[in-house]
Amino acid sequence: MNMSLEELGRIAFEYKSRMDGFKKVILICTGTGCVSSGAMKVFDALKKAVEKEGLKDKILIKKTGCHGLCERGPIVVFGDNEILYQTVGKRNLDNDIRLLISTIKDDAIAESLLYKGDDKTKRYVSTHDIPFYAGQTRFVLALNGIIDPEIIEDYIAHGGYKALVKSFSMERDEIIEWIEKSGLRGKGGGGFPTGIKWRSCKNAEGTIKYVIANGDEGDPGAFMDRSLMEGNPHAVLEGMVIGAYAIGASQGHIYVRDEYPLAVERLQKAIDQARSYGFLGKDIIRSGFDFDIQIFRGGGAFVCGESTALMTSIEGRAGEPRAKYTHTVEKGLWEKPTNLNNVETWATVPEIIDKGWEWFSSIGTEESKGTKVFSLVGKVNNTGLVEVPMGMTLKEIIFGLGGGIQGGKKFKAVQTGGPSGGCISEEYIDMPVDFDSLTKLGSMMGSGGMIVMDERSCMVDVARYFLKFLVEESCGKCTPCREGVRRMYEIVDRICNGDGVSGDIEHLEELGRAISLGSLCGLGQSAPNPVLSTIRFFKDEYRMHIDEKKCPAGVCKALIKLSIHPDRCTGCMRCSAECPVKCISGEKKKVHIIDQEKCIKCGTCYDVCRFDAVTIE
Amino acid sequence: MGIDRDKIDAIIQKYDGDKSYILAIFQDIQRIYRYLPKEAIKFICERLDIPFSKGYEVATFYKSLSLKPRGKHTVHVCLGTACHLRGGPSIVDTFQRELKVKIGDTTEDGNFTFETVNCLGACALAPLVRVDNQDFGKATPGGVKKIISEFMNGE
Repeated sequence: MNMSLEELGRIAFEYKSRMDGFKKVILICTGTGCVSSGAMKVFDALKKAVEKEGLKDKILIKKTGCHGLCERGPIVVFGDNEILYQTVGKRNLDNDIRLLISTIKDDAIAESLLYKGDDKTKRYVSTHDIPFYAGQTRFVLALNGIIDPEIIEDYIAHGGYKALVKSFSMERDEIIEWIEKSGLRGKGGGGFPTGIKWRSCKNAEGTIKYVIANGDEGDPGAFMDRSLMEGNPHAVLEGMVIGAYAIGASQGHIYVRDEYPLAVERLQKAIDQARSYGFLGKDIIRSGFDFDIQIFRGGGAFVCGESTALMTSIEGRAGEPRAKYTHTVEKGLWEKPTNLNNVETWATVPEIIDKGWEWFSSIGTEESKGTKVFSLVGKVNNTGLVEVPMGMTLKEIIFGLGGGIQGGKKFKAVQTGGPSGGCISEEYIDMPVDFDSLTKLGSMMGSGGMIVMDERSCMVDVARYFLKFLVEESCGKCTPCREGVRRMYEIVDRICNGDGVSGDIEHLEELGRAISLGSLCGLGQSAPNPVLSTIRFFKDEYRMHIDEKKCPAGVCKALIKLSIHPDRCTGCMRCSAECPVKCISGEKKKVHIIDQEKCIKCGTCYDVCRFDAVTIE
Repeated sequence: MGIDRDKIDAIIQKYDGDKSYILAIFQDIQRIYRYLPKEAIKFICERLDIPFSKGYEVATFYKSLSLKPRGKHTVHVCLGTACHLRGGPSIVDTFQRELKVKIGDTTEDGNFTFETVNCLGACALAPLVRVDNQDFGKATPGGVKKIISEFMNGE
């Protein structure tokens, strides 16, 4: 007999009844961001304080996954998002714990811990009122920040594993049909229709098949998959079991970056718990279907995010990609049919099975369905994770949810798609974000990193940054990427150092085209994108560097000189205190001077000055 | 440096002597020695019955493996895109100056190994410094000394 929905409901009911014994629930975010900001100290201190007050049996303190608003961590939420406290314990832990206790005991809201709006006057109490959250549509992230990722019963109590049970009563082809009809596309970057991939793998010849979750989130500036694996690991597992059942796979792998130790730990716990409930292992929910999942830790190689390189890596070899004359759905891991999807794609599957494909396909645009999680970072006010329906404009995301640019500076560009993507200029800020529109602009969706840049970001320097990244990460197997990207780096580096010559831009464009055409894997083919897109939208900036030897953003050290304007300097001494090489001299309330000989042009003085007295020439 | 063959054998056993787990075995060994001694690679290759060249290829391909002995503490300065934009390079410069080391090297007293990393996924706290397992968000050049001193005194 199968595990029925009733049985699942009983587990949920039992857990909920136990939780009903608590008068209040307090959620403390223990995602990597908040932990870095001191969330564990808050958890320990609050636990102690609650015990001391004799409220241990009445108050439940829960550790949850990432809430998304990482900038304002540590985040503490009361009940069902009724109150959100931010930066708890950042300034004064003891005092903040006292404030939390008084909220617990007397429902007194601590004004000083509330989220403040952009103008610093409005205060928001509930999570739902904060613009950062109010504008989001959270499906994949719905339980992130609500459930304890280390307790499977909590996931079940919130509807978890219902989709798994449901799918086992469906025909395998029907599941695949649902995924096809839903319009789900791979959220790791490529945007390939998931259902078609599943069907190809199911139809591929062979009795042994594999499924893989790609959690090798190597794009700098992206952390959606990390937050999912840490905050709701069971959703990934559930999606994989459903996929494996539909395809007929017997073994699954989750490939996780070595840099994500917490994700590995929580996934392992989740796998153990899922096994104990019979959601993984032999004879899953007594259906006769066997399937198990293993975690594979990566080794810090960016190229292993590419599907064929990832599979080679699992086989115990150096992770180099191979030509895809035969698709991996036919011959992948160990030469067996293998279906690889990104972590976020897998986590979306249970939602589609649970709510139906019609529901999913009603969200998003014509060609890109559902939602996408983005990591909104860089020079934006509210940095963190956001989930929005496909088709929302860049402007709505950056200015609506993100609250605009830090320090009231001017928006310049947004970088999407990591080292394979490009920079999009202000001109296109009303562009709806979906797979196809970003590709048209010479960028790509990628895994969902969205890095906002302001007037203090130099586009030539950004291009150099990505080239350096790619030079270091190129696996070296094929020549166009290994040699070509290095040559491009040398040219751009020369331009940044003030040694650019006319013809450099054309040379870069030519090299870029050759690398795109000649490289073996997707990473090599897209490697020139950061340069080509910045040339496309910011050619003038390149010209300024080459012809006038000037860096308008004030970033390229060889081209700038920092000085202090005597009329505007108030002698507050902030710059001299912050200067890492102590090259700024001056007494209190007297004009300060930069010693040009010693200055390393790091720009710290410019960034900390509150009177615009430091100028960059 | 001498290696503890029994310990290594125990790790290999944990993975049933399966050669496809060579990276995981290397990672576990590195956790013991803080780096991957060449003798250990040789020994593992013998046990797994693969040529030394193959083992060496894997050991040098993956960035998280180090063939050089490491210091007591490892400092990682994140240079992901967000960290790059928010002043990561200045943090790198400051560490190099304060610790008198180049990227990838270990201080003379063996206390710190200094490395950069491409992204630690805590972009909202850029620029980020990770010392061993502890993160320091929104680092400033002025704050680097404080981070160093936290790990200086016999810790």
